[in-house]
Amino acid sequence: MSIFFRLIRIVRPWAGWMLLAAFLSFAATGSGIGLLMTAAYLIAKAALQPPLAALQIGIVGVRFFGLARGVLRYLERLASHDTTFRILTSLRLWFYDALEPLAPARLMQFRSADLLQRIVDDIQSLENLYTRVLAPPVTALLTALLLWFLLGFWSPLAAVILLSFHLLAGIGVPLLTARLSRGTASGILRWKAEEQMLALDFAQGLAELQMYGGIERHRKRLEHAESEKLALERKSALVDGMQETLIGLIMNAAVLGVLSAVLPEVSTGTLSGIALSIATLAVMASFEPFLPLPGSVRHLEADIHAGKRIFEILDATPEVTEPSSPRPIQGELPIEATALSFTYPGTLRPALDAVSFMILQGARVAIVGPSGSGKSTLTSLLVRFWNPGSGTLRIGRHPIEEYSPEALRRHIALVSQRTYVFAETIRENLLLARPGATDHELGKALRAAGLNHFPTRLGEFAGQHGMQLSGGERQRLAIARAILQDAPVVILDEATASLDAPTEQEVLRRIEEASEGKTIITITHRLQEMERFGSILVLKDGRLAETGTHTELMRKQGVYHAMWNSQHQSIDGQQ
Amino acid sequence: MNIDRRMFSLIGGHRAPFILSIAASGAAAVMVIGQAASLSRLVNDAFIEKAPPAALLPSIGFFALFSMLRMFLGWLGHAEANRGTIAVRKDLFGRLTGAIALRGPLYARSLPSGRLSTTLIKGVEALDAYFSQFLPQLVLALLAPLIILIAVFPVDPVSGFILLATAPLIPLFMALIGKRAGAMTDRQWETLSRMSGYFLDMLQGLPTLKLFARSRSQHDAIADAGERFRTATMKVLRVAFLSSLTLELVGTIGTAMIAVAIGLRLLTAGLTFQTALFVLLLTPDFYLPLRQLGLKFHAGMEGTSASKDIFAVLDGAGNGSIDRSINGPIDGPEPEGHQKVPFEGKNTPEAAPFHRSEIRFEGVSYSYPGSTEPALSSLTCAIPAGRTTAVTGPSGAGKSTLMNLLLRFQDPCSGTITAGGRPIGEYPVEAWRELVAWVPQHPFLFNETLRLNIMMANRSATEETLLRAVRMAGLEELVDRLPAGIDTPVGEQGIRFSGGEAQRIALARAFMKDAPLLVLDEPTSHTDPELEATLQRAIGTLMQNRTTLIIAHRLETIRSADTILVLEGGRETATGTHRELMESSAFYRRAFLEHGESVQ
Repeated sequence: MSIFFRLIRIVRPWAGWMLLAAFLSFAATGSGIGLLMTAAYLIAKAALQPPLAALQIGIVGVRFFGLARGVLRYLERLASHDTTFRILTSLRLWFYDALEPLAPARLMQFRSADLLQRIVDDIQSLENLYTRVLAPPVTALLTALLLWFLLGFWSPLAAVILLSFHLLAGIGVPLLTARLSRGTASGILRWKAEEQMLALDFAQGLAELQMYGGIERHRKRLEHAESEKLALERKSALVDGMQETLIGLIMNAAVLGVLSAVLPEVSTGTLSGIALSIATLAVMASFEPFLPLPGSVRHLEADIHAGKRIFEILDATPEVTEPSSPRPIQGELPIEATALSFTYPGTLRPALDAVSFMILQGARVAIVGPSGSGKSTLTSLLVRFWNPGSGTLRIGRHPIEEYSPEALRRHIALVSQRTYVFAETIRENLLLARPGATDHELGKALRAAGLNHFPTRLGEFAGQHGMQLSGGERQRLAIARAILQDAPVVILDEATASLDAPTEQEVLRRIEEASEGKTIITITHRLQEMERFGSILVLKDGRLAETGTHTELMRKQGVYHAMWNSQHQSIDGQQ
Repeated sequence: MNIDRRMFSLIGGHRAPFILSIAASGAAAVMVIGQAASLSRLVNDAFIEKAPPAALLPSIGFFALFSMLRMFLGWLGHAEANRGTIAVRKDLFGRLTGAIALRGPLYARSLPSGRLSTTLIKGVEALDAYFSQFLPQLVLALLAPLIILIAVFPVDPVSGFILLATAPLIPLFMALIGKRAGAMTDRQWETLSRMSGYFLDMLQGLPTLKLFARSRSQHDAIADAGERFRTATMKVLRVAFLSSLTLELVGTIGTAMIAVAIGLRLLTAGLTFQTALFVLLLTPDFYLPLRQLGLKFHAGMEGTSASKDIFAVLDGAGNGSIDRSINGPIDGPEPEGHQKVPFEGKNTPEAAPFHRSEIRFEGVSYSYPGSTEPALSSLTCAIPAGRTTAVTGPSGAGKSTLMNLLLRFQDPCSGTITAGGRPIGEYPVEAWRELVAWVPQHPFLFNETLRLNIMMANRSATEETLLRAVRMAGLEELVDRLPAGIDTPVGEQGIRFSGGEAQRIALARAFMKDAPLLVLDEPTSHTDPELEATLQRAIGTLMQNRTTLIIAHRLETIRSADTILVLEGGRETATGTHRELMESSAFYRRAFLEHGESVQ
């Protein structure tokens, strides 16, 4: 239940809109009841053959309610859809704002697009919180009250009987159907999740499946998930149909019940036959708003399920928070680590183990080592994705935690293999790095990154995840962004790995040209042209194994020397 | 071209439940008449005739009976429509997965990620309302009013005429407004998926937004997009809902007209109260199915919109020329291993000596649809049997196209590829792929255990073979580190691997498959150097006795190749050994010199 109230709190700003829509819905239903009641009044009155003038009220009433119901229903549908979209936007914003501080440290398990997609779907499903969950009970309640009031006029007994049938339809049937379909909604969601995973595997792994003859097997698994989902959907549809039938039966029983209360009074003459006719039709019309109620209960179940999954993510505490009075960033930015250690949550082995080094402003430094040696962890600490575990990491001679993470990130340009390309134009993707840059500036950066033909393609769509671009183009786009960012510290984390050798050399030369006075930290596991670095940090298993220039390290005959040899062995053997 | 006709054709062999549903709903309409007759009799007897309560019992009994029958029939109609819909969806789902399989990985990759799975899952779901609600309602909207008209005309022709006159207005208005609303709903479906895609994109790119210190300002962009989406959608809905307003008004105004007309005739004693009430009770039920059609029309149109994506997938798949079993849902046991094409080295003695037959490209051209520049233009070259051929060249030279043609992910526009003199197109595609092991640049790992991910290459392999493949691919240490060893789940629900690790898993698959032709796409671009030497040896073992094609940018990887093929602009510009190419190919020499400086 607490999840329900937390969800309600998010949509509360739209309470006014929701009330308006609920009231319009009630007014439309009420007009429908009014139409039938005045029509019944009209014919019952006419049957007594009064003068024509006596029918005037009925005639006007019928026309009025006839028009009002249509118009009110139209307005209600507009209002409730409008509200739904407002709610959806608020939900997305709320989710984004809550997620933003958690990225990326607390979202490690969401690196895959599919899990995120599922969460996005969860949020989408919450949009009906108002239309499907909150609005129907309000409308039904107001309608029941209206009928109670109208019937009570003529016969309190009939009003009590009708009320009990309303309760049966409004509470009994939803409880029963909820019981019958318990677990169906969550079961459907579960199979759908399974199916989604299989479908994504199918679409993305089609090449592998074809090459290994796994297509039919995978299709069978997909179709199995679909069948299971459909079986549950069928169950849920049958319960749906049953609920409509039940409410229909209750309505007819209510007609009989009210009649049995009113008939004796009619036959004794204490109540007019006109009232009898009106009451009959009013009772029949009053059950319409009860039809969606069982659906509300099921939607509530699904919404709480979705809400639970969302809150599970958002309730994490952010790894990095803004200091209360951040230190301004100015002057030179030397980087100094002292006994720096870091262990990822849930792992035993430290990713960085008592690493100490100093990198001066303007230096050209390489960090090398096999994958898993801690190179990228160091980057993550520098851009404040994680907090240092123990030891200190200083930048500009002050502990890194004293700066605002946002401000710090503006001073560090990182090009990594994981750089994300948004499904927008190439221009938008570049402007991210320098908002307000002119096309001329963008073109310059693109050319520097080796994308000579791109300056004319700024308006082109990069495609989802930049898929309209080749792997090499995406990587060079990331480099262009770093050049635009114009930060005093540049980190190239395997930035040129998927470029062919001539392009790689060209791009590196351009970056060098554009980086006068800047610190360039190159992370690589490929030992090529190592003489260009003023110093090389060699990491192995999270420890700083060696440091020095290429010549020094080669002379030392240690870890670096071994790495270099193993990498060039096959070539030497050939020659 | 007529989308509704196409939708209708999806029903195929599942007509029975839909017919039963319509019959039940029609019978329910007859019960409605019984209900109205007994209820009007009841009220008339009590009100006009002042009958004692006991005399009313038969009417009460009939009313209760008709009510129950009506409700039961209604439920039956609903249940049957649902049964039919489920069958249609199941069918369609199977056809779609078949069509996707048939269109292949290049098609799948040409679409935004998630697009196909959305069509497959949400697209098919969106059709539900069309079949379970819109279609039955469409028939019911004709049937039920007709039955009521038949009941009303004999007792009160005037009301009958009013009903008859107002009813056609409903489909008329619907057609007038529906056309416009249809186009708008289409656009709406587009916007909706774009909006949700936009939001997902932002979430996925959150770390990058953070790096550029833009993550917080993105709040406003999302708010803007949401607001734009809302205004655009509301504009559509204001018109779309007009159709239901019109329907609603026709219904309520019709009811009002009948009530007034009846009332006036009651005054002049032209009509009895019982008949008047009978007609009045039936009037809402006359308009109800028409009105509901208006509501479900919307749901139906959404299904029609979604179906366009579905038909787009189905249409491109042709008539299943490649493999019958792929087109249509699969029944029965899994087709195990098709017809194995034997080759020497595997246990069949009379096998064609496949590994000794070279592969030739003869005048092969390929252009991507919509592109003016051919990706390959009349390429003629040979991949000698049992040896290693490296393909190199600048990006966009046609290296990937060459590989895709060899893997038969696409077919040449002109020219032929032969293996041992026989065009590879003559092999059944499944059989051809049995002969090829492939290590792609970005191997895909399935959401299964690591074991299953490797075993997919050879499901019947022994544990020993598996462990050997793991060892050969340099995965041993990695497996030891995993929490559940080789049975650790991979992917979103388990461990995620780096690009280099994924490539080693793909290598393990290739070891498992033990196929005579090996296609490697830049196999060592992400692995770390210590492992690289091990891997080179492993790949060397893998290449023995196999015809191998390696695509790489890194010259050190290909220098050891027996033949090097330089592609530029879709043509072969040079071929030969390393030494020969240093003489003859400008691209090769330049690439090698810039790359090799530090090595020397």
